[in-house]
Amino acid sequence: MSALLEISNLSAKVGGKNVLNGLSLTIGAGEVHAIMGPNGSGKSTLSYVLAGRPGYEITGGSVRYRGADLLSLPTEERARAGLFLGFQYPVEIPGVNNVYLLKAALNAKRKASGQQEVDAYEFLQLVRAKMKLMQIDESFLKRGVNEGFSGGEKKRNEILQMLVLEPALAVLDETDSGLDIDALKVVAKGVNSLRSSERGVLLITHYQRLLDHVVPDFVHVLARGRIAKTGGKELALELERRGYDWVLEVA
Amino acid sequence: MSTPEIDSLLQQSYRHGFVTDIESDTLPPGLDEDVVRFISRKKKEPEFLLNWRLKAYRHWLTMKEPHWAKLRVHPIDYQGISYFSAPKRDPNAPKSLAEVDPKLLATYEKLGVPLHERARLAGVAVDAVFDSVSVATTFKERLAEAGVIFCSFSDAVQKHPALIEKYLGTVVPHTDNFFAALNSAVFSDGSFVYVPPGVRCPMELSTYFRINAKNTGQFERTLIIAAPGSHVSYLEGCTAPMRDENQLHAAVVELITEDDAEIKYSTVQNWYPGDERGIGGIYNFVTKRGECRGRNSKISWTQVETGSAITWKYPSCVLKGENSVGEFYSVATANNYQQADTGTKMIHIGANTKSTIVSKGISAGHGQNSYRGLVKILPSAHGARNFTQCDSLLMGGNCGAHTFPYIETRNPSATVEHEASTSKISEDQLFYCLQRGIDEEDAVNMIVSGFCKTVLDVLPMEFAVEAQNLLAVSLEGAVG
Repeated sequence: MSALLEISNLSAKVGGKNVLNGLSLTIGAGEVHAIMGPNGSGKSTLSYVLAGRPGYEITGGSVRYRGADLLSLPTEERARAGLFLGFQYPVEIPGVNNVYLLKAALNAKRKASGQQEVDAYEFLQLVRAKMKLMQIDESFLKRGVNEGFSGGEKKRNEILQMLVLEPALAVLDETDSGLDIDALKVVAKGVNSLRSSERGVLLITHYQRLLDHVVPDFVHVLARGRIAKTGGKELALELERRGYDWVLEVA
Repeated sequence: MSTPEIDSLLQQSYRHGFVTDIESDTLPPGLDEDVVRFISRKKKEPEFLLNWRLKAYRHWLTMKEPHWAKLRVHPIDYQGISYFSAPKRDPNAPKSLAEVDPKLLATYEKLGVPLHERARLAGVAVDAVFDSVSVATTFKERLAEAGVIFCSFSDAVQKHPALIEKYLGTVVPHTDNFFAALNSAVFSDGSFVYVPPGVRCPMELSTYFRINAKNTGQFERTLIIAAPGSHVSYLEGCTAPMRDENQLHAAVVELITEDDAEIKYSTVQNWYPGDERGIGGIYNFVTKRGECRGRNSKISWTQVETGSAITWKYPSCVLKGENSVGEFYSVATANNYQQADTGTKMIHIGANTKSTIVSKGISAGHGQNSYRGLVKILPSAHGARNFTQCDSLLMGGNCGAHTFPYIETRNPSATVEHEASTSKISEDQLFYCLQRGIDEEDAVNMIVSGFCKTVLDVLPMEFAVEAQNLLAVSLEGAVG
């Protein structure tokens, strides 16, 4: 069976600058990978390139998702095919109801796979159950998308969306940053609840502490736009202790 | 056309028009006192109304077209317009839906306009395109039971002349402005509503159900009176694009609320905006004003303006009664080469009067959208309060949004607040939606609806859904 995600020798430019330089990474079904690395090493760029954000120019390499060419798909089709990006800075969309957006997203996905639109009542039940898991207040149902949310609320909302959409591959871009320890535990619980033998998770993070709660199978260090080192979960601890310099020197 | 030629045409109309041939249907183009007399006579109007029209006409002659709005208007030839044409068949009208422009039908489809309605809207030449009789009859019976008068303006002139004489022109006088004066002289028809004391009108009044609503024409006149303690909600317009041969529209709407009465006036306007290059399209110069005469009375204007090549419109409230309340909620879009100069005036006269203005302007393509608002607090208006929120949304780089708020406060105890914002649909918002699997068109619609939410929320429910679809259609392809 082919890997869930297979990034080969990927290079990309943004604003005329090379940010990814021959990055290769394979994520198998059921695996959780963590990517760490210094600021400016290309972590967020990788997540945007995978999701298909406009403004990122692919200059080389390929990405195969479930055996098919991911980069030729438009952004929304990648999402419908099960690729989810948890944003580092989730945007506010004033006046657009959270539940409305979530329902539109779920239905877009269902429609793409030939399923019926979700029943309104069942949908609400589903959202309520996931809200409970993410300790999100009932008032959330009436609020606009991320409108007036605190940093922590926005991150929990990202995970809530992920749980409702049940992606095959979740790319979480610094979902842990700006969270206090309690919120971090909630987010981790959400991510762990999604882990399964069919799904893959790519965690982009600066800090080892998230990895105490969501234990990765692999930890990669990204430097200058490519994977500089790969190891098990113990690599994260070592990075925490020693910083990145020693990896960069070796690379 | 030279002056002698015009004169001869007018002579003709004089000869064949009203003197001998009273059966004649349509006047040739041109406007003079005889035309005004002809219209009044054709409608069998009482003398007071003819005199009022004539006063208006004479005053109009002394006035100049206003050019203070931020609009570019091609010169209008007032002598090139025919001021009376009885409802008649257009020989070029499509004979069936099969002959109607498929693009128009596709739009109806998107708006969810019922089939029988599509024929009527597209101007299909069928006398009874749908069976409205039973619906209309039930409707009329219920209103009659409640004592509510709801009829065409012409009917009201015949059946309730005393009410017309008492109230007509008391909110928008015949001297008010150039277009209002013109309307007063030559108005064709419109709606009349009277809600008796203490009556809560049992249903939303919609022009849709008004008998003889067809061809009210370009100079529409509407008068709504809410007697003490009464309540009425009135819906005007239609979400489907309307075909109309007349380029100039100059309507007048007058609202009056007595003590503890309330009028809620909702408009969805979607006149033909012209094509993608800005050719054709309706010029809409409207005067809408309400007067809160009584204590604790309330007038609320809600409008969704997506049509017309030019919109010049400032639904206003004169807050005379103590504790009276004026509201203005507006969404105006300007796409392609549309121009909109719209807003409101809130004139605070009574003590503790309160007004709220929420204006949402959306500009796309080469559209130009201006908000123009006046909040005026007179010395008598102790404790008056106003809140204004004025937001603009830009789509693309070739459109414009402009805000002209005027505030005049002559009472130190008044509170006036003004908030304004201009934003673009951000790439971040679009990408966020796309990443959730929502396609671009739906995403844009969602963001625009969110932007307009405060206004859409105050529309009557069935109207709100239509209005949302309408916004989507009128901004189609504006991003991307």
